[in-house]
Amino acid sequence: MKKFLSTGLMRGLAFQILGTLAGAGFVTLIRFLMGLKIWGWDKTTYGFTEPAWVFGGLVGVLSFLYGTRVLDDWLKWAAGKETHERHEDPPGWVKFFGPSLDHKVIGIQYTVTSLILLSVGGLFALIFRTELAASGLQFLDPDLYNTLMSLHGIVMIVSILLGIAGVMNYLVPMMIGAADMTFPRLNAFSFWIAVPAAVLLLSSLALGGFDTGWTGYPPLSARAPLGMQMFFLGVFVAGWSSILGALNLLATVLRLRARGMTAFRMPIFVWAAVATSIISLTATQLIGLSFQLVMFQRLFGMGFFDPAKGGNPIIFQHLFWFYSHPAVYVFVLPGLGIISELLPVFARKPLFGYKWVAMSSLGIALVGFLVWAHHMFTSGMNEYLRVPFMYSTLLVAVPTGVKFFSWVATLWGGKIETPTPMMFVLAGLVVFLLGGLSGPPNATVSTDLHLHDTYFIVGHFHDTMFGGYVFPFFAALYYWFPKATGKKLNEKLGHWHFWLMTSGMLVLTLWMMRVGLLGMRRRIADYDPALGFDLSHLVMTVAAFAIALSVLIFFVNVYTSLRKGQAATGNVWNSRSPEWQVPSPMPAHNYEKEFRVVGEPYDYGLPGSAYVKFED
Amino acid sequence: MRRIFVVAFLVVLVAVLVFLGLNALGLLPEQAAAQAEPIDWLLNLELMVISFLFALIIVPLVYSLVAFRRKPGETGDGEHVEGNTRLEIGWTVIPLIIVLIFAYLGAENLGRVRRADPQAMQVQVTGYQWGWQFKYPQYGIRSQELYLPVNEQVLFKMESTDVIHSFWVPEFRVKQDLVPGRVTEVRITPSRVGRYTLMCSELCGTQHAYMNAPVVVVSRAEFDAWVAERQAAAAAAAASGPDAARGEEKYLMYCKACHSIDGSKGVGPTWRGLLGEQVVLTDGTTFIADEAYILRSIKEPASQVVAGYPPMAFNAEAVGLTDADLADIVEFIKTLK
Repeated sequence: MKKFLSTGLMRGLAFQILGTLAGAGFVTLIRFLMGLKIWGWDKTTYGFTEPAWVFGGLVGVLSFLYGTRVLDDWLKWAAGKETHERHEDPPGWVKFFGPSLDHKVIGIQYTVTSLILLSVGGLFALIFRTELAASGLQFLDPDLYNTLMSLHGIVMIVSILLGIAGVMNYLVPMMIGAADMTFPRLNAFSFWIAVPAAVLLLSSLALGGFDTGWTGYPPLSARAPLGMQMFFLGVFVAGWSSILGALNLLATVLRLRARGMTAFRMPIFVWAAVATSIISLTATQLIGLSFQLVMFQRLFGMGFFDPAKGGNPIIFQHLFWFYSHPAVYVFVLPGLGIISELLPVFARKPLFGYKWVAMSSLGIALVGFLVWAHHMFTSGMNEYLRVPFMYSTLLVAVPTGVKFFSWVATLWGGKIETPTPMMFVLAGLVVFLLGGLSGPPNATVSTDLHLHDTYFIVGHFHDTMFGGYVFPFFAALYYWFPKATGKKLNEKLGHWHFWLMTSGMLVLTLWMMRVGLLGMRRRIADYDPALGFDLSHLVMTVAAFAIALSVLIFFVNVYTSLRKGQAATGNVWNSRSPEWQVPSPMPAHNYEKEFRVVGEPYDYGLPGSAYVKFED
Repeated sequence: MRRIFVVAFLVVLVAVLVFLGLNALGLLPEQAAAQAEPIDWLLNLELMVISFLFALIIVPLVYSLVAFRRKPGETGDGEHVEGNTRLEIGWTVIPLIIVLIFAYLGAENLGRVRRADPQAMQVQVTGYQWGWQFKYPQYGIRSQELYLPVNEQVLFKMESTDVIHSFWVPEFRVKQDLVPGRVTEVRITPSRVGRYTLMCSELCGTQHAYMNAPVVVVSRAEFDAWVAERQAAAAAAAASGPDAARGEEKYLMYCKACHSIDGSKGVGPTWRGLLGEQVVLTDGTTFIADEAYILRSIKEPASQVVAGYPPMAFNAEAVGLTDADLADIVEFIKTLK
């Protein structure tokens, strides 16, 4: 216990609390000297005033980073002191609770944090999903409903960002034959700054919540309770994690590939990681900026989006969606990369049209920058802008189609095996197909006028998120778990997880689309029983519980498999990828001998071929 | 080759079954506006293509899982096929053409939905937290219910007094946001007599779920009768003094979302026993509530905020409450002991 309390994580949290109080106290002191209000209790003043809380929150984040000692080397360098080039991690579990420079440890830290947030966000959804099981208000009041609904959105988004960061961090250096990321300290910093961001987001629950959804549109967000500011600050800080992580990943792929690994001989997942990182690196600033503007509007009375002061609420939506649409591709591209990576292994065939699949990732990423205003067809923006955005949005279907056709062609004529990771890959493919096919009706303006802000959209994007992220993410966890631990996850529990989650997901999202078409608005705490949706909502609630149960089974599986799972230190899936050519788990700095790329990555079925050859 | 024919046959079969199945489900609410026709037409066309594409991916996927599944004890890999450039070009170019066709159809369809009738009757819509107000400038009346004559185009000019709201009647299909600081427009031609519900479809705070208003589509004759009735009622109200019964009607329409009359705490203070009660403001001022205080609270709510409640921005003028209405409301409050 004492060992746990002295870890970087616990020190950081203690520092964050003290830093928050110190920052808030500092502002309060200044306000006292200026004769301003310093204390109170209403929806924007929880003891401390709003400016005190915001500044305190910021100081809290910096204190957290200082407390974890993730800044230590940089501070020493700044003071002119020397440090070791590499740090050895302490043995055992302790290394996961403090700053480590090993990309594999950081990858696991990201992944576990992501799973924790996935559970928290899922729990929020279960609570309000249960409330919706019948019309009328059962046990939530509308404000708490709105807060839980909003937090579900943003907590899941942060969970996804950390999840893809975890998988990319863990896999990319291994796949390209690097000892680590290019900037290991920046890598640790990127992870550790996400932790206080998550704390800030969750703290909004205790500070009045916020009732805007994760989109935070002003003027509603300009008059929401104090929790709104904690949400803005949390997202702002989490954005740093994304931007710096993407920078690091791009530098790693550009600089540290093994000899012979030309662009079109990289594992396909690396292409997806690059495409995703290009978006994260260049678009994340816009969401941080748009939230910062509302934050300043509240704190300093700047009227950016306040029509009474000449501001324009629609400008916010443009800034917001300029990140938040491409963000969707940040979430799904790594997942689609995992599908492309695993299909050849389990079909025992080369990935059909490797170059086309690689280019389609870049194509999606680039077209994704030009479609943001399709979220705003009913917003009151210039009407003539709607048609060009309809064209650009529909274009996304082309590179996405290339992926689907190539996947099916990969399966055709293979020798298909379906262990648990492959089952999740296939479910991801099917669910993402449903998400993709429900897209065009939202893209054509006139039909979107009906569908916008209904449960149809809710069903559509839950299918894209589950198909593009959740299913492939779990596929990756089942697939690379032996690599990380030397143990295999239990297949039987894996099947239970799979069937419950897949059936729950299909019932939930298809039903969502159905009630949406019939007139169910999204983001409402209650619905008119005259609409006749009570039974539908009950079915959706049961399906949601099935999904929750499946995740619980997964956690049980991880726990029991870690303790007494089947040992698996070899090439469990008979893959050609370099990380499987050496025993699991891999040591720090990965490969003992360097390798050279001597062939194509997915030449399954070509006798005598090899992808990599280890130097003697 | 035989496999290809089997799959092609199954694709067509599954596509047809999916499309017929979806249609049999009854996917949309009834059509009650001229604008709904082109929208439903396009959606139906899209459903056809969606059903086909669904089958095009799912059938070969499932077929492969059955036909190319590894048999027990079998070893070795599948055929070594790296790709086929002609196929890749095909499934890039053909979807591109389909997409461009749909973009063109979508633009043309939008044009049909937006087709304007210069003779359209104008209705001014005001959205506020949390309710709707409709003004008919042509007739000099206002209402909390949206009465519309059938088969005549209506031009809605919409404003919001506080945050973004959105105007949507599912049976009319089209949706348009109301944005503070500007006037947004939407044109709707109701095509079917009946009662519908207008719903706010943009999250607008606590009571968003309940921000509904009744919509009544009637024949021109009934509409004219309704207008005459409203005009007469307005004239009668102006002629007589304040009236608690009318005040209660106004309460139910405008005030109920935030103020209770049974003593329970809402977004704002309760009205029960308000007159003659001691009031404490956020700045500490204390006094006994009288009529003048109540009137000022409704007109300028930010000027005197009761301790323990957030400042709100209710705008009585913008939602169309006249001085006579306010007098009615005060009269109603007097009855709440």
